[in-house]
Amino acid sequence: MSNRPISEDDLHAYVDHALEPERQAEVAAYLDDHPDVAQRVASFSDQRSMLRAALAPIAEEPLPPQLNLSRIIESKRRRPASFRWAIAAMLMLAIGGVGGWAIRGATDGPTGGLAALAQEASDSYKVYASDRTRPVELRDSAELVQWVSNRLQQPVKLPDLTKSGYRLMGGRVVPTAHGPAAMFMYDDDHGERLVVLTRPMTTDQNAPMAAHSGGDVAGFSWADGGTGYSVVGRGAAEQLKPLANEIRKQAQAI
Amino acid sequence: MSDMLHQIEPVIPALRRYARALVRNRAAADDLVQDCLERAVSHWEQRRDTGSPKSWLFAILHNLAINQFRSAAARARHVSIDEAGEHEFEQSAVQEQKLIYQDVLGKLAKLPEEQRAVLLLVAVEDLSYAEAAKVLNIPVGTVMSRLSRARERLQQELERPADHQQGNVVQLRSKP
Repeated sequence: MSNRPISEDDLHAYVDHALEPERQAEVAAYLDDHPDVAQRVASFSDQRSMLRAALAPIAEEPLPPQLNLSRIIESKRRRPASFRWAIAAMLMLAIGGVGGWAIRGATDGPTGGLAALAQEASDSYKVYASDRTRPVELRDSAELVQWVSNRLQQPVKLPDLTKSGYRLMGGRVVPTAHGPAAMFMYDDDHGERLVVLTRPMTTDQNAPMAAHSGGDVAGFSWADGGTGYSVVGRGAAEQLKPLANEIRKQAQAI
Repeated sequence: MSDMLHQIEPVIPALRRYARALVRNRAAADDLVQDCLERAVSHWEQRRDTGSPKSWLFAILHNLAINQFRSAAARARHVSIDEAGEHEFEQSAVQEQKLIYQDVLGKLAKLPEEQRAVLLLVAVEDLSYAEAAKVLNIPVGTVMSRLSRARERLQQELERPADHQQGNVVQLRSKP
Protein backbone atom coordinates (compact mmCIF):
# COMPACT_ATOMS: atom_id res chain seq x y z
CA MET A 1 0.00 0.00 0.00
CA SER A 2 1.34 3.44 -0.96
CA ASN A 3 1.37 6.38 1.40
CA ARG A 4 0.08 8.81 -1.15
CA PRO A 5 -2.69 10.95 0.32
CA ILE A 6 -6.14 10.54 -1.21
CA SER A 7 -7.10 13.53 -3.39
CA GLU A 8 -10.40 14.88 -4.72
CA ASP A 9 -9.24 13.73 -8.15
CA ASP A 10 -8.85 10.20 -6.77
CA LEU A 11 -12.43 10.27 -5.51
CA HIS A 12 -13.79 11.26 -8.92
CA ALA A 13 -11.58 8.74 -10.69
CA TYR A 14 -12.91 6.14 -8.22
CA VAL A 15 -16.48 7.01 -9.23
CA ASP A 16 -15.53 6.83 -12.94
CA HIS A 17 -13.60 3.53 -12.55
CA ALA A 18 -10.55 5.28 -13.92
CA LEU A 19 -8.03 4.19 -11.24
CA GLU A 20 -5.45 1.44 -11.37
CA PRO A 21 -6.74 -1.57 -9.37
CA GLU A 22 -4.21 -0.96 -6.59
CA ARG A 23 -5.23 2.68 -6.15
CA GLN A 24 -8.91 1.74 -6.42
CA ALA A 25 -8.38 -0.56 -3.41
CA GLU A 26 -6.60 2.19 -1.46
CA VAL A 27 -9.48 4.61 -2.04
CA ALA A 28 -11.98 1.91 -1.03
CA ALA A 29 -10.07 1.33 2.21
CA TYR A 30 -10.01 5.08 2.86
CA LEU A 31 -13.77 5.32 2.29
CA ASP A 32 -14.36 2.48 4.79
CA ASP A 33 -12.72 4.66 7.46
CA HIS A 34 -14.43 7.91 6.40
CA PRO A 35 -18.20 7.49 6.20
CA ASP A 36 -18.88 11.18 5.43
CA VAL A 37 -16.64 11.11 2.39
CA ALA A 38 -18.02 7.69 1.47
CA GLN A 39 -21.53 9.12 1.46
CA ARG A 40 -20.53 11.92 -0.90
CA VAL A 41 -18.77 9.49 -3.21
CA ALA A 42 -21.82 7.20 -3.14
CA SER A 43 -24.06 10.11 -4.16
CA PHE A 44 -21.72 10.86 -7.09
CA SER A 45 -21.92 7.22 -8.14
CA ASP A 46 -25.72 7.36 -7.94
CA GLN A 47 -25.74 10.47 -10.16
CA ARG A 48 -23.58 8.66 -12.65
CA SER A 49 -25.90 5.63 -12.82
CA MET A 50 -29.00 7.80 -13.03
CA LEU A 51 -27.60 9.91 -15.87
CA ARG A 52 -26.50 6.84 -17.79
CA ALA A 53 -29.84 5.13 -17.34
CA ALA A 54 -31.82 8.26 -18.22
CA LEU A 55 -29.83 8.91 -21.39
CA ALA A 56 -29.26 5.32 -22.53
CA PRO A 57 -32.55 5.06 -24.49
CA ILE A 58 -31.47 7.89 -26.81
CA ALA A 59 -28.51 5.87 -28.04
CA GLU A 60 -30.82 2.91 -28.63
CA GLU A 61 -33.27 4.77 -30.86
CA PRO A 62 -33.11 3.76 -34.51
CA LEU A 63 -31.07 6.26 -36.50
CA PRO A 64 -33.13 8.68 -38.64
CA PRO A 65 -32.42 8.74 -42.41
CA GLN A 66 -30.59 12.07 -42.12
CA LEU A 67 -27.88 10.31 -40.08
CA ASN A 68 -27.31 7.52 -42.58
CA LEU A 69 -23.54 7.68 -42.91
CA SER A 70 -23.32 5.72 -46.16
CA ARG A 71 -25.64 8.24 -47.75
CA ILE A 72 -23.63 11.19 -46.39
CA ILE A 73 -20.41 9.67 -47.77
CA GLU A 74 -22.10 8.99 -51.10
CA SER A 75 -23.33 12.57 -51.50
CA LYS A 76 -19.87 13.96 -50.62
CA ARG A 77 -18.26 11.62 -53.15
CA ARG A 78 -20.55 12.84 -55.91
CA ARG A 79 -19.23 16.35 -55.53
CA PRO A 80 -15.90 16.32 -53.70
CA ALA A 81 -14.69 19.73 -52.60
CA SER A 82 -11.32 19.44 -54.32
CA PHE A 83 -13.03 18.75 -57.65
CA ARG A 84 -15.22 21.83 -57.29
CA TRP A 85 -12.17 23.94 -56.52
CA ALA A 86 -10.31 22.50 -59.51
CA ILE A 87 -13.17 23.58 -61.78
CA ALA A 88 -13.26 27.01 -60.17
CA ALA A 89 -9.51 27.40 -60.64
CA MET A 90 -9.71 26.31 -64.29
CA LEU A 91 -12.51 28.76 -64.92
CA MET A 92 -10.50 31.53 -63.34
CA LEU A 93 -7.57 30.74 -65.65
CA ALA A 94 -9.76 30.40 -68.72
CA ILE A 95 -11.42 33.76 -68.30
CA GLY A 96 -8.23 35.51 -67.29
CA GLY A 97 -9.60 36.15 -63.86
CA VAL A 98 -11.41 39.26 -65.03
CA GLY A 99 -14.75 38.29 -66.54
CA GLY A 100 -17.59 37.50 -64.21
CA TRP A 101 -16.05 39.61 -61.51
CA ALA A 102 -18.25 42.46 -60.47
CA ILE A 103 -17.13 45.26 -58.27
CA ARG A 104 -19.38 48.00 -57.08
CA GLY A 105 -18.29 50.91 -54.97
CA ALA A 106 -20.28 51.81 -51.92
CA THR A 107 -20.10 55.48 -52.89
CA ASP A 108 -17.76 55.91 -55.84
CA GLY A 109 -17.77 53.94 -59.07
CA PRO A 110 -15.33 51.10 -59.79
CA THR A 111 -11.69 52.11 -59.43
CA GLY A 112 -8.68 50.42 -60.97
CA GLY A 113 -6.39 50.06 -57.97
CA LEU A 114 -8.99 48.82 -55.57
CA ALA A 115 -10.57 46.49 -58.15
CA ALA A 116 -7.16 44.90 -58.74
CA LEU A 117 -6.68 44.44 -55.00
CA ALA A 118 -10.10 42.81 -54.65
CA GLN A 119 -9.22 40.48 -57.51
CA GLU A 120 -5.90 39.53 -55.91
CA ALA A 121 -7.58 38.85 -52.58
CA SER A 122 -10.22 36.62 -54.10
CA ASP A 123 -7.61 34.79 -56.19
CA SER A 124 -5.59 34.20 -53.02
CA TYR A 125 -8.70 32.95 -51.26
CA LYS A 126 -9.51 30.55 -54.08
CA VAL A 127 -6.01 29.15 -54.27
CA TYR A 128 -5.03 29.01 -50.60
CA ALA A 129 -8.22 28.72 -48.53
CA SER A 130 -9.07 25.50 -50.38
CA ASP A 131 -5.64 24.06 -49.64
CA ARG A 132 -6.04 21.45 -46.92
CA THR A 133 -2.36 20.51 -46.85
CA ARG A 134 -0.50 23.82 -46.61
CA PRO A 135 -2.88 26.79 -46.65
CA VAL A 136 -0.31 29.08 -45.01
CA GLU A 137 3.45 29.32 -45.16
CA LEU A 138 4.04 30.58 -41.60
CA ARG A 139 1.89 30.01 -38.53
CA ASP A 140 3.92 31.89 -35.92
CA SER A 141 2.40 35.37 -35.79
CA ALA A 142 5.54 37.26 -34.69
CA GLU A 143 7.68 35.65 -37.37
CA LEU A 144 4.92 36.25 -39.92
CA VAL A 145 4.61 39.98 -39.14
CA GLN A 146 8.35 40.41 -39.38
CA TRP A 147 8.54 38.57 -42.70
CA VAL A 148 5.69 40.43 -44.43
CA SER A 149 6.79 43.81 -43.02
CA ASN A 150 10.26 43.21 -44.52
CA ARG A 151 8.89 42.20 -47.90
CA LEU A 152 6.32 45.03 -48.06
CA GLN A 153 8.93 47.48 -46.71
CA GLN A 154 6.42 48.95 -44.28
CA PRO A 155 5.11 47.91 -40.88
CA VAL A 156 2.20 45.51 -41.28
CA LYS A 157 -0.24 45.02 -38.43
CA LEU A 158 -1.87 41.66 -38.00
CA PRO A 159 -5.66 42.04 -37.59
CA ASP A 160 -6.95 40.30 -34.47
CA LEU A 161 -10.38 38.79 -35.20
CA THR A 162 -10.75 36.58 -32.13
CA LYS A 163 -13.63 38.73 -30.84
CA SER A 164 -15.48 37.98 -34.06
CA GLY A 165 -14.83 34.25 -33.64
CA TYR A 166 -11.97 33.92 -36.13
CA ARG A 167 -8.54 32.58 -35.19
CA LEU A 168 -5.39 33.35 -37.12
CA MET A 169 -4.15 30.29 -39.02
CA GLY A 170 -1.09 32.08 -40.41
CA GLY A 171 -0.14 33.72 -43.65
CA ARG A 172 2.30 34.21 -46.52
CA VAL A 173 3.64 36.68 -49.03
CA VAL A 174 1.74 36.46 -52.34
CA PRO A 175 2.79 37.93 -55.69
CA THR A 176 0.71 40.60 -57.43
CA ALA A 177 1.25 42.77 -60.50
CA HIS A 178 1.91 45.59 -58.02
CA GLY A 179 4.56 43.84 -55.96
CA PRO A 180 4.37 41.58 -52.91
CA ALA A 181 1.22 41.51 -50.77
CA ALA A 182 0.67 40.01 -47.32
CA MET A 183 -2.04 37.39 -47.01
CA PHE A 184 -3.45 36.39 -43.63
CA MET A 185 -5.83 33.46 -43.20
CA TYR A 186 -8.31 32.90 -40.39
CA ASP A 187 -10.84 30.22 -39.54
CA ASP A 188 -13.76 29.88 -37.15
CA ASP A 189 -14.98 26.88 -35.15
CA HIS A 190 -16.79 25.56 -38.20
CA GLY A 191 -13.54 25.54 -40.16
CA GLU A 192 -14.90 28.39 -42.31
CA ARG A 193 -11.92 30.32 -43.64
CA LEU A 194 -11.38 33.89 -44.66
CA VAL A 195 -8.48 35.74 -46.17
CA VAL A 196 -7.19 39.28 -45.56
CA LEU A 197 -4.86 40.71 -48.20
CA THR A 198 -2.92 43.93 -47.72
CA ARG A 199 -0.31 45.77 -49.81
CA PRO A 200 0.91 49.29 -50.59
CA MET A 201 -1.26 51.05 -53.19
CA THR A 202 0.12 53.08 -56.10
CA THR A 203 -3.31 54.19 -57.32
CA ASP A 204 -6.34 54.56 -55.02
CA GLN A 205 -4.22 55.43 -52.01
CA ASN A 206 -7.36 56.34 -50.11
CA ALA A 207 -10.53 54.60 -51.21
CA PRO A 208 -13.84 54.07 -49.42
CA MET A 209 -14.96 50.59 -48.53
CA ALA A 210 -16.43 48.74 -51.52
CA ALA A 211 -18.18 45.40 -51.66
CA HIS A 212 -17.33 42.89 -54.36
CA SER A 213 -18.50 39.43 -55.23
CA GLY A 214 -17.87 36.76 -57.81
CA GLY A 215 -18.73 33.07 -57.87
CA ASP A 216 -19.29 31.90 -54.32
CA VAL A 217 -16.84 34.31 -52.70
CA ALA A 218 -17.36 37.92 -51.70
CA GLY A 219 -15.57 40.60 -49.80
CA PHE A 220 -14.81 44.20 -49.00
CA SER A 221 -11.82 46.31 -50.05
CA TRP A 222 -10.61 49.75 -49.08
CA ALA A 223 -7.43 51.81 -48.79
CA ASP A 224 -6.21 54.17 -46.09
CA GLY A 225 -3.08 56.27 -46.28
CA GLY A 226 -1.50 54.34 -49.13
CA THR A 227 -2.21 50.86 -47.82
CA GLY A 228 -4.96 48.73 -49.34
CA TYR A 229 -6.92 45.99 -47.60
CA SER A 230 -9.28 43.36 -48.85
CA VAL A 231 -11.15 40.75 -46.82
CA VAL A 232 -12.63 37.80 -48.70
CA GLY A 233 -14.72 34.84 -47.60
CA ARG A 234 -17.42 32.53 -48.77
CA GLY A 235 -21.05 33.65 -48.86
CA ALA A 236 -22.59 37.12 -48.93
CA ALA A 237 -20.47 40.26 -48.65
CA GLU A 238 -22.80 41.73 -46.02
CA GLN A 239 -21.73 39.05 -43.51
CA LEU A 240 -18.13 40.23 -43.87
CA LYS A 241 -18.91 43.89 -43.28
CA PRO A 242 -18.49 43.84 -39.48
CA LEU A 243 -15.15 42.07 -39.93
CA ALA A 244 -14.04 44.62 -42.53
CA ASN A 245 -14.97 47.44 -40.16
CA GLU A 246 -13.04 45.78 -37.34
CA ILE A 247 -9.93 45.29 -39.49
CA ARG A 248 -10.09 48.90 -40.68
CA LYS A 249 -10.44 50.17 -37.12
CA GLN A 250 -7.44 48.15 -35.94
CA ALA A 251 -5.31 49.21 -38.94
CA GLN A 252 -6.03 52.88 -38.29
CA ALA A 253 -4.75 52.46 -34.75
CA ILE A 254 -1.14 51.94 -35.96
CA MET B 1 -13.67 4.76 -47.53
CA SER B 2 -15.20 1.68 -45.86
CA ASP B 3 -12.61 2.12 -43.10
CA MET B 4 -14.10 5.55 -42.43
CA LEU B 5 -17.62 4.09 -42.43
CA HIS B 6 -16.66 1.34 -39.97
CA GLN B 7 -14.89 3.71 -37.63
CA ILE B 8 -17.45 6.50 -37.54
CA GLU B 9 -20.71 4.59 -37.68
CA PRO B 10 -20.48 2.88 -34.24
CA VAL B 11 -20.03 6.30 -32.57
CA ILE B 12 -23.21 7.88 -34.03
CA PRO B 13 -25.60 6.71 -31.25
CA ALA B 14 -23.31 8.23 -28.59
CA LEU B 15 -23.01 11.47 -30.60
CA ARG B 16 -26.80 11.69 -30.72
CA ARG B 17 -27.05 11.12 -26.99
CA TYR B 18 -24.46 13.79 -26.20
CA ALA B 19 -26.03 16.29 -28.60
CA ARG B 20 -29.50 15.75 -27.18
CA ALA B 21 -28.33 16.03 -23.58
CA LEU B 22 -26.64 19.32 -24.49
CA VAL B 23 -29.35 21.01 -26.56
CA ARG B 24 -32.38 19.09 -25.20
CA ASN B 25 -34.25 19.13 -28.48
CA ARG B 26 -34.43 16.08 -30.72
CA ALA B 27 -34.53 17.83 -34.09
CA ALA B 28 -31.87 20.40 -33.23
CA ALA B 29 -29.62 17.68 -31.78
CA ASP B 30 -29.90 15.45 -34.84
CA ASP B 31 -29.19 18.42 -37.11
CA LEU B 32 -26.00 19.01 -35.14
CA VAL B 33 -24.99 15.37 -35.47
CA GLN B 34 -25.68 15.47 -39.21
CA ASP B 35 -23.53 18.58 -39.54
CA CYS B 36 -20.82 16.84 -37.50
CA LEU B 37 -20.90 13.72 -39.71
CA GLU B 38 -20.68 15.77 -42.90
CA ARG B 39 -17.64 17.58 -41.57
CA ALA B 40 -16.07 14.34 -40.38
CA VAL B 41 -16.50 12.79 -43.83
CA SER B 42 -14.98 15.84 -45.57
CA HIS B 43 -12.05 16.10 -43.18
CA TRP B 44 -11.40 12.42 -42.53
CA GLU B 45 -8.00 12.49 -44.24
CA GLN B 46 -6.91 15.58 -42.29
CA ARG B 47 -7.48 14.26 -38.78
CA ARG B 48 -4.25 14.33 -36.86
CA ASP B 49 -4.19 11.21 -34.72
CA THR B 50 -5.17 8.11 -36.57
CA GLY B 51 -6.27 6.18 -33.48
CA SER B 52 -9.88 5.88 -32.39
CA PRO B 53 -11.88 8.72 -33.96
CA LYS B 54 -14.23 8.94 -30.94
CA SER B 55 -12.78 12.03 -29.29
CA TRP B 56 -12.17 13.63 -32.70
CA LEU B 57 -15.87 13.24 -33.53
CA PHE B 58 -16.96 14.52 -30.11
CA ALA B 59 -14.69 17.55 -30.54
CA ILE B 60 -16.31 18.43 -33.88
CA LEU B 61 -19.77 17.99 -32.40
CA HIS B 62 -18.97 19.96 -29.28
CA ASN B 63 -17.59 22.90 -31.27
CA LEU B 64 -20.68 22.96 -33.46
CA ALA B 65 -22.94 22.91 -30.39
CA ILE B 66 -21.02 25.69 -28.65
CA ASN B 67 -21.08 27.78 -31.77
CA GLN B 68 -24.81 27.35 -31.98
CA PHE B 69 -25.24 28.38 -28.34
CA ARG B 70 -23.11 31.44 -28.97
CA SER B 71 -24.84 32.58 -32.13
CA ALA B 72 -28.24 31.86 -30.56
CA ALA B 73 -27.28 34.06 -27.62
CA ALA B 74 -26.02 36.75 -29.98
CA ARG B 75 -29.29 36.74 -31.89
CA ALA B 76 -31.12 36.99 -28.56
CA ARG B 77 -33.53 34.33 -29.72
CA HIS B 78 -32.20 31.92 -27.18
CA VAL B 79 -34.75 29.45 -25.86
CA SER B 80 -33.98 28.88 -22.21
CA ILE B 81 -33.16 25.32 -21.32
CA ASP B 82 -36.20 24.98 -19.08
CA GLU B 83 -38.53 25.91 -21.91
CA ALA B 84 -36.76 23.84 -24.53
CA GLY B 85 -39.33 21.06 -24.58
CA GLU B 86 -39.51 19.11 -21.35
CA HIS B 87 -41.25 16.39 -23.35
CA GLU B 88 -38.19 15.75 -25.50
CA PHE B 89 -37.06 13.03 -23.15
CA GLU B 90 -40.48 11.62 -22.38
CA GLN B 91 -40.87 8.86 -24.87
CA SER B 92 -37.36 7.57 -24.32
CA ALA B 93 -37.58 7.03 -20.58
CA VAL B 94 -38.60 3.70 -19.14
CA GLN B 95 -42.18 4.06 -17.84
CA GLU B 96 -41.90 3.59 -14.08
CA GLN B 97 -38.61 5.48 -13.82
CA LYS B 98 -39.75 8.27 -16.06
CA LEU B 99 -40.25 10.80 -13.29
CA ILE B 100 -36.90 10.17 -11.66
CA TYR B 101 -35.13 10.42 -15.00
CA GLN B 102 -36.93 13.60 -15.96
CA ASP B 103 -35.99 15.05 -12.62
CA VAL B 104 -32.27 14.28 -12.94
CA LEU B 105 -32.14 15.52 -16.55
CA GLY B 106 -34.04 18.67 -15.65
CA LYS B 107 -31.55 19.32 -12.89
CA LEU B 108 -28.61 18.53 -15.14
CA ALA B 109 -29.93 21.21 -17.48
CA LYS B 110 -29.57 23.78 -14.70
CA LEU B 111 -25.81 23.32 -14.62
CA PRO B 112 -23.64 25.79 -16.53
CA GLU B 113 -22.98 24.48 -20.03
CA GLU B 114 -19.24 23.93 -19.40
CA GLN B 115 -19.89 21.76 -16.32
CA ARG B 116 -22.63 19.82 -18.09
CA ALA B 117 -20.33 19.04 -21.01
CA VAL B 118 -17.59 17.62 -18.77
CA LEU B 119 -20.00 15.51 -16.73
CA LEU B 120 -21.65 14.09 -19.85
CA LEU B 121 -18.39 13.27 -21.62
CA VAL B 122 -16.84 11.60 -18.59
CA ALA B 123 -19.73 9.97 -16.75
CA VAL B 124 -22.01 9.07 -19.66
CA GLU B 125 -19.84 8.85 -22.78
CA ASP B 126 -16.95 7.12 -21.00
CA LEU B 127 -14.25 9.42 -22.34
CA SER B 128 -11.04 9.41 -20.33
CA TYR B 129 -10.12 12.67 -18.57
CA ALA B 130 -7.41 13.23 -21.19
CA GLU B 131 -9.87 12.65 -24.04
CA ALA B 132 -12.41 15.03 -22.50
CA ALA B 133 -9.66 17.64 -22.16
CA LYS B 134 -8.90 17.24 -25.87
CA VAL B 135 -12.55 17.50 -26.88
CA LEU B 136 -13.07 20.67 -24.83
CA ASN B 137 -9.62 22.05 -25.63
CA ILE B 138 -8.82 22.67 -21.95
CA PRO B 139 -6.14 21.26 -19.59
CA VAL B 140 -6.88 18.03 -17.70
CA GLY B 141 -6.74 19.99 -14.42
CA THR B 142 -9.64 22.13 -15.63
CA VAL B 143 -11.57 18.99 -16.57
CA MET B 144 -11.14 17.75 -12.99
CA SER B 145 -12.22 21.00 -11.36
CA ARG B 146 -15.26 21.34 -13.64
CA LEU B 147 -16.19 17.72 -13.00
CA SER B 148 -15.97 18.29 -9.27
CA ARG B 149 -18.09 21.45 -9.44
CA ALA B 150 -20.60 19.75 -11.71
CA ARG B 151 -21.09 16.85 -9.29
CA GLU B 152 -21.39 19.06 -6.21
CA ARG B 153 -23.85 21.34 -7.97
CA LEU B 154 -25.97 18.48 -9.31
CA GLN B 155 -26.04 16.96 -5.83
CA GLN B 156 -27.32 20.24 -4.35
CA GLU B 157 -30.03 20.34 -7.02
CA LEU B 158 -31.04 16.74 -6.34
CA GLU B 159 -31.32 17.39 -2.60
CA ARG B 160 -33.39 20.54 -3.08
CA PRO B 161 -36.96 19.08 -2.70
CA ALA B 162 -36.27 18.93 1.06
CA ASP B 163 -37.14 22.67 1.12
CA HIS B 164 -40.90 22.49 1.15
CA GLN B 165 -40.97 19.67 3.68
CA GLN B 166 -39.45 22.10 6.17
CA GLY B 167 -42.42 24.39 5.58
CA ASN B 168 -44.78 21.60 6.60
CA VAL B 169 -42.85 20.96 9.80
CA VAL B 170 -43.31 24.56 10.90
CA GLN B 171 -47.04 24.38 10.23
CA LEU B 172 -47.45 21.21 12.31
CA ARG B 173 -45.55 22.69 15.20
CA SER B 174 -47.72 25.79 15.29
CA LYS B 175 -50.63 23.61 16.42
CA PRO B 176 -51.12 23.60 20.20
